[in-house]
Amino acid sequence: MSHATVRIPTPLRSFTGGADELRVDGRTVGEAMAELGRAHAGLLERILDARGELRPFVRLFVGEDDVRHLDGLDTAVAEGAVICIVPAVAGGRP
Amino acid sequence: MSARDRRLAELRARVPEVGPAEALALQRAGAALIDVREPDEVAQGSPSGAERIVRGFLELRVEQAVADFELPVLVMCAGGVRSLFAADDLLRLGYRDVRSVRGGFNGWKSEGLPFEVPRTLGDAERERYGRHLLMPEVGEEGQIRLLESRVLLVGAGGLGSPAALYLAAAGVGTLGVVDDDVVERSNLQRQILHADDRAGTSKVESARRTLAGLNPQVVVEGFEERLTSANVERLFAGWDVVVDGSDNFPTRYLVNDACVRLGLPNVHGSIYRFEGQITVFHPSREGRPGPCYRCLYPEPPPPELAPSCAEAGVLGVLPGVVGTLEAVETVKLLLGIGDPLIGRLLHYDALRQRFTEFKVRPDPRCPVCAPGVEFPGYIDYQVFCAAATG
Repeated sequence: MSHATVRIPTPLRSFTGGADELRVDGRTVGEAMAELGRAHAGLLERILDARGELRPFVRLFVGEDDVRHLDGLDTAVAEGAVICIVPAVAGGRP
Repeated sequence: MSARDRRLAELRARVPEVGPAEALALQRAGAALIDVREPDEVAQGSPSGAERIVRGFLELRVEQAVADFELPVLVMCAGGVRSLFAADDLLRLGYRDVRSVRGGFNGWKSEGLPFEVPRTLGDAERERYGRHLLMPEVGEEGQIRLLESRVLLVGAGGLGSPAALYLAAAGVGTLGVVDDDVVERSNLQRQILHADDRAGTSKVESARRTLAGLNPQVVVEGFEERLTSANVERLFAGWDVVVDGSDNFPTRYLVNDACVRLGLPNVHGSIYRFEGQITVFHPSREGRPGPCYRCLYPEPPPPELAPSCAEAGVLGVLPGVVGTLEAVETVKLLLGIGDPLIGRLLHYDALRQRFTEFKVRPDPRCPVCAPGVEFPGYIDYQVFCAAATG
């Protein structure tokens, strides 16, 4: 089990009480996300779809690498890793 | 014998001379030809393919033009006298094979050898762009390249404002502006192209007035239209770089697809509240192809999960930072300098005052830019984004 920091993007901070960084435990990115989801209701659904796969408009990076190019949600999390959730944003128009 | 003649005799004894026709043959065989005349002389014509380095800066700049000290170097002035002095300087600098062109450019021209009238900077341009000219990465050649460049800005809003201002200030010769909006007072918290007394004016017209005030030399081509699948290829044809400062997902996917199809670099910036993303998409870049927007985000969020700045707000300065970084990337691409943000996504967090960089790779299954994939055609982007389920 590793401790990791997850950076929460602005659009998802309504689920984390405004927190922009959270500490989680998990051996993999998927486990870290699951823990995040347990602690913050509604958050996980914004990152993963109903089948538990990463949504196509959200990227997860471990360090500077996109988990799609590693082992996806099975990507191992090293002690002290930083996981960034980066969603697509468009700009002004509603 | 005067001191001048004595000195010239010494130089002639030391510096080999070649006639213009022989110089041309050597140039065609790979020798470097350096025209050391003054800018006003060069403006009248200079041998095709010559390096132009005014004699006063010759020793300081020649290595940027001719890095190989073994390469034969031919030095030319107007009549073949100043070039003797210049050739002697190059020999002392360590160039091994330096020759002076007998008869200079006058001889070259009278023998009917090929020359061109190069684009040079006038006095007013030298004054305006003086700080660029001092840097070897830009210099006169780079500044002329900027002046001859054409950059299309999609959107004259928060991102397009600083990008347009800095690109105009930098002397990018032609700026296209696509925007079908009018200026509203609520824009002015961040859209610094516009002004309080222009509420109700079209953004294109407002941009034209501001940019003309900053740099009247810049040509602004305005397009007061909404970008659509029907007009995108007409609007995107003939530009060097597209700067995406749009404000909605349908336009971003349309900009992406058109840039991929037309082989244009797409300088991307997007913002939300206190956060920004900046990158350059350019799948057709030679040597190092990069990803496109769809490689990064294959599909947009469904509308209910895509809160906009109009609903959620945005720090007014934020697009200033992101749009300015888009201008930096654009100038780098135009000049071919530095390391562009291709394959790298730069994330900016204003509250933490922190930049984070992520790697973005081309997606081998990308429907528009993967190698061997035939361009699928433009789609209905409104429907595509409205139907997204994520």
